[in-house]
Amino acid sequence: MAISLKVNGVVHSVTAEPDTPLLYVLRNDLALNGAKFGCGLEQCGACTVLLDGIPARSCVRAIQDIGQQEITTIEGLGTVDKPHPLQKAFMDEQAAQCGYCINGMIMTAKELLDRIPHPTEADVRATLAPNLCRCGTHNRIIRAVLRAAQANGKT
Amino acid sequence: MNAPNLSRREFAAALGGIVLSFSLAPRLALGQQPANLPGSLNGNRMLDAWLRINQDGTATVFTGKVELGQGILTALAQIASEELDLPLASIRMISGDTGQTPNEGQTAGSQSIEASGTALRMAGAEARSILIDLAAKRFSVAADTLTVSDGIITGRDGRKVGYGELAGEVDLHREATAKVAPKPPAEHKIVGKAIPRRDIPAKVTGGAAYVQDIRLPGMLHGRVVRPPRYGAKLEGFDEAAAKALPGVTAVVRDGSFLGVVAEREEQAIKARDALKKSARWSGGTALPDPAKIYEHLLSLAMDDKVISDKQAALPDGAKRVDATYHRPYMAHASIGPSCSLAQVQDGKLTIWTHTQGVFPLRATMAKALDMPASAIRCIHAEGSGCYGHNAADDVALDAALLARATAGRPVRVQWMRDDEFMWEPYGPAMVMRAGAALKDGRIVDWNYDVWSNSHNMRPGDPDGVNLLASWYLEKPKQPGPPRAAPQPAGAGDRNAIPLYDLPRSRITSHLIKEMPLRVSALRTLGAYANVFAIESFMDELAAEAEADPVAFRITHLKDPRAKAVLEAAAKAADWKPGQKGTGTSGRGVAFAKYKTLATYVAIVVDLELDRASGRIKVPRAFVAVDSGQIINPDGLTNQIEGGIVQSTSWTLHEQVRFDKTGILSQSWDSYPILTMNEAPSVTTVLIDRPNEHPLGAGEASQGPTAAAIANAFTAATGKRIRELPLHPERVKAALA
Repeated sequence: MAISLKVNGVVHSVTAEPDTPLLYVLRNDLALNGAKFGCGLEQCGACTVLLDGIPARSCVRAIQDIGQQEITTIEGLGTVDKPHPLQKAFMDEQAAQCGYCINGMIMTAKELLDRIPHPTEADVRATLAPNLCRCGTHNRIIRAVLRAAQANGKT
Repeated sequence: MNAPNLSRREFAAALGGIVLSFSLAPRLALGQQPANLPGSLNGNRMLDAWLRINQDGTATVFTGKVELGQGILTALAQIASEELDLPLASIRMISGDTGQTPNEGQTAGSQSIEASGTALRMAGAEARSILIDLAAKRFSVAADTLTVSDGIITGRDGRKVGYGELAGEVDLHREATAKVAPKPPAEHKIVGKAIPRRDIPAKVTGGAAYVQDIRLPGMLHGRVVRPPRYGAKLEGFDEAAAKALPGVTAVVRDGSFLGVVAEREEQAIKARDALKKSARWSGGTALPDPAKIYEHLLSLAMDDKVISDKQAALPDGAKRVDATYHRPYMAHASIGPSCSLAQVQDGKLTIWTHTQGVFPLRATMAKALDMPASAIRCIHAEGSGCYGHNAADDVALDAALLARATAGRPVRVQWMRDDEFMWEPYGPAMVMRAGAALKDGRIVDWNYDVWSNSHNMRPGDPDGVNLLASWYLEKPKQPGPPRAAPQPAGAGDRNAIPLYDLPRSRITSHLIKEMPLRVSALRTLGAYANVFAIESFMDELAAEAEADPVAFRITHLKDPRAKAVLEAAAKAADWKPGQKGTGTSGRGVAFAKYKTLATYVAIVVDLELDRASGRIKVPRAFVAVDSGQIINPDGLTNQIEGGIVQSTSWTLHEQVRFDKTGILSQSWDSYPILTMNEAPSVTTVLIDRPNEHPLGAGEASQGPTAAAIANAFTAATGKRIRELPLHPERVKAALA
């Protein structure tokens, strides 16, 4: 059956079972690579997207439950040529090794900076604690978020 | 080498468009003994196996090493750019493709810079010199009157010719001589610089960065249904019900291998769930009692090998110290479960894979599928970080088995989280026993034994098929025998021979042959456990000798580079000899030279302890690193810091849980890892040695980190924990 989803400002009609997790629709129907399958158990955060600006684990959110909420994926933040300040800060800090978790880090940090434009390091650590990184890039990720917050002040 | 090279060309012809010109080096064809060439040039001797000059003035660089998130393709591009005098943006990298690149085995053991980097350095220098000779001929001037910058060769009279204009003439289809000297480090403009990684922009913007992101036309989705425990036999399942589910296009059973293919990913997952419920399994192997796992391992058959035996007189009155250490099974636990795509067309199989070695995988896949290697092409695409031999190769065979049932349509298979935790090959559990005698503050005798399973059950084994699904087929394949690896690199005994100056020592490596849990290579192999044991023991000896741990180590070192990293780490940390812990805080130091032939690392960590909960926190680490000539300082720092943070996770939290019925670690709840709140901040001091060989660093900091944490715990509390991990229950037991 067809379900209508608003993703990065564009309304899409998607034909899939209503209980389909949003993640698979984003990746396979809309060809958006950003959100990643990590666990399917909302434990790791690799699949994080924003629903009306709030981080959500797309691996367990059925498309029938999204309703009118606006979905934002990392593709909706910026591009390589015109990156969002967070994306630019992650590039500037070289804040990735394998990078598989980085989507979730950036999307979770996006909501933090929307809420607290100038967070402390402790704020950043606490907010990102539910997102798992395996390569040990933690410090660079924290620095990138703090750098993006500084850029916030300048724009 | 003959057959694969020919078939590679045939294969490319079938693909169309790609012109390949691999061939045998002439002397090899004549059966003469070829001269040794440096790095991976030795096994891949033609210049055009490594690089081609294109008509647009760019160069295409081929490497058999692959990107694993360690930044290797950026570092190799830097080397090629430097030696060719081409801008970095003009270097196109092609890596890990059995149809196109040199065979460099596995990307493992922190050897890519040494092997592939050396080959590219020599090949690049030689290609540049060939291009200059061509320009000299064209201008009728002497080659040494020409200069090169950004791929433009300029004569004294101002005439210029670009590499692109010479592309038609330049013949790189010749055996490398390695006679052209690469640039001296003092002239380096790109090597040694913190160049941004090429892969990061796509990774932070949702670009197609991973094998998981490949979408082929007509692609289907597959999932596998693994047994509840090792070795169980599939007795039956409800095939009709699975086939009736929406979107299911094939249910594949071969012996006890069971998988399903569907039009949509969520349909494949639902079908997997249904098959899991209806599948009936019998038999399988019981696992050992986890409470007695180390005793059990020591009771199994083993091969013993003395790897160091130094005789000297034992002085009278020496004081003996003995201690035994343990490390549990540990998981690679990639954030992204393993994934692969496969397609069968016209009898040819193409695999997209995040394996660490496309050529070994192809060879083993051929045996598993009973098809010629020449009919298989393995193409690397990056996956989630693997940290060694995880399930990357296994899922490739799964995908191939499912792709045989889809009439030419490609299949994408990704493992589920529980598949990854329960079926990946773990880093082996190990036992380390150390003994020493002290006299007048010096170690006068040293005994060390390490017991471990094999750390190399990878694909590519000459005698067996090291791919999971192959053991469950109707006609099952057998894994290869457990293998040790020779010193100095070693495997279970990696870093079992310390760098310390020991007048008398006997070091024995015991390879336990039976493997109750599936095991293979995890980042550092045995080095993590051996350095944990040896460097914990060094602190125990320093305490016995009433010596400062930093000074005690330096006293026992001759190598000035080893002393230098210890001094630099101590200085960065403002280490104060005799500084006491507080009961809830303390600091510890450790040192190792990875594999005793690669990067030197010394580290000081600060530890904080919550005695009530038993929780340890490592707020800070100070590390000094000497990896010879530095190719990319930012990349090196990232690898060293990443190793410290990952090792903090290993050391504080990680062990694979199991009981007799099977593996209990099935999700992040049952295999917790370090969170953002717990990550130590790291101060890194790099000691650049531009005139020394560049050394691998990806695995250099993990062992020292573990020991420094254990030593800091002892400094804080006066208690010693000799069994990993230092999780709260164990900490509370030590304090009780």
